[in-house]
Amino acid sequence: MKGVRHYPGFLPMAVGCLVILYAPLVVVMIYSFNGSTSITTWGGFSWRWYADVFTGPEAPRFKAAAWNSLSIALIAATTATAIAVAAAVAMIRGGRFRGKSATFALINLPLMVPEIVVAVACLIFFSTIGLTTGYLTILLAHITFCIPFAYLPIAARLQGIEDTYEQAARDLYATRGQAFRLILLPLMMPGILSGFLLAFIISLDDFIITNFVKGAGMETLPTAIFGSVKQGIKPNIMAISTMMLAVSVFFVTLSYLVNRIGQRTRS
Amino acid sequence: MAGMTPAPKENGTGYSSLVAPLLLPTWAMIGIFLVLPVLLMAVYSFLTKEFRGGVIWDFTLAAYDQFFLNRGLFGDEPPTLEWTYITIFWRSIWQAAVATLICLIVGFPTAWFIATRPPKARAVWLFLVTIPYWVNLLIRTVSLKFLIRENGPLNESLMSIGLITDPLPLVNTNLAVQLGLFYSYLPFMVLPIYAAVERYNFALSEAAADLYASRWVTLREIVLPVVKPGIVAGCILVFVPSLGAFLAPDLLGGAKTFMIGSLIDEQFRGSQGNWPFGAAAAMILMTLVLIVLMIYARAQAKGEAR
Repeated sequence: MKGVRHYPGFLPMAVGCLVILYAPLVVVMIYSFNGSTSITTWGGFSWRWYADVFTGPEAPRFKAAAWNSLSIALIAATTATAIAVAAAVAMIRGGRFRGKSATFALINLPLMVPEIVVAVACLIFFSTIGLTTGYLTILLAHITFCIPFAYLPIAARLQGIEDTYEQAARDLYATRGQAFRLILLPLMMPGILSGFLLAFIISLDDFIITNFVKGAGMETLPTAIFGSVKQGIKPNIMAISTMMLAVSVFFVTLSYLVNRIGQRTRS
Repeated sequence: MAGMTPAPKENGTGYSSLVAPLLLPTWAMIGIFLVLPVLLMAVYSFLTKEFRGGVIWDFTLAAYDQFFLNRGLFGDEPPTLEWTYITIFWRSIWQAAVATLICLIVGFPTAWFIATRPPKARAVWLFLVTIPYWVNLLIRTVSLKFLIRENGPLNESLMSIGLITDPLPLVNTNLAVQLGLFYSYLPFMVLPIYAAVERYNFALSEAAADLYASRWVTLREIVLPVVKPGIVAGCILVFVPSLGAFLAPDLLGGAKTFMIGSLIDEQFRGSQGNWPFGAAAAMILMTLVLIVLMIYARAQAKGEAR
């Protein structure tokens, strides 16, 4: 008798789940080190496709796309995080106010509306107000859909911080600005960092909305990869994919660790 | 951080007097770049199409007419129901439903297994399940295509161990699209079910076992009703994005697996497009999603009232 928690077959299912999730990624990772020009045959271990990404014929295109992706993700995540911090303070420290539940719904709206609908709506909007699609329109769209991703961890963190610390600071004649800057902000920092990192990855990840509002001649890494893949999966794409995968895993791990340290400091 | 400077007259830590300035950026960004565009899209769905893409500001029902009604080649026959687009929507709903079902079949045992591990192992398992979600969806879909393509690693290894003699034609089939959707959104199924199982009181199962219920009867009669909110949440989180998905059907499917996402996308590409029709299709998709979310919200409210 193994207890009521045990169900035969659930362990293989869980292991199978991980295999399904990771097998495609691992296979692409392995094949990105394939020395052969053909993607079907194995030609020994080699870094040639990584070299090709940086110096090959498509290198300028990928470099420009990578620069666009990273700078947009950085600006969008920073802006969205700042907006989300203000929103979280108002929602959690602002007491009851009219329109609170409507604001909550508004913050979560980008998560509810299907991405393709957001993409279409943004394209129509920018074209109506006469804003030429390009870097700026991508940035504006990214800031908007990054807000809920930045908000959720920040709000969760703030909810767990009692306001006694700030009250003590105010009793000792700290201004509200000082109490915020010296007390609340440092306490919120793990949430802010993890919100920023999630927003950063979400921005870096986006394909559909970017593809609609990017305009001609403008590429981010996902749209550049999509363009290449349409003509078949080439080994240099696998090298880029592996590098982007490494970046994502790095940031998620970082966010996870920040959160754990945050939990420890709270308790 | 404008608006954070202290107002000298006030005291207390509450930010109640600063609520409006603190929320202004959120209202402005989401209001201007999401709510307003969606409203404008609703207006566009009633406009006349322009042939090089874009619209003419003449109000008409032409887009919805084209979607639902067939008036013959020259538009002079009595209207009958047009099946082309309804079929595409129906197929999308079907594909999303199958993907959701596969996610549930794989996700429930996984979530249960993770939730019954000791805390340390649980954290590791959860971390492993969430990582793929943060990997670029495009890269994941391309990777899956690479794995299952005709002479790809999956077919080659199956052939080399003698399980099959000819490569399975997976790419460009319904199954490939379902697999792609399943692969894209599996973590969305596991996480809410995990959260529900973690809160489940195992004394209930023990009581059932004491009364001679078998494991599977207990699962069906006791566990499933209790963790149902988590299962429903997981199904919604998989079904909704699957319905409007673009990458999985576009990269893994073919002409026969055309889904809503590609239909909408096509209306905004180059001179072949039809913006009002695309806007109308997007409106119909959004309406479908809202219906699903409203049913969910109502079911949840009912569950809480009990």
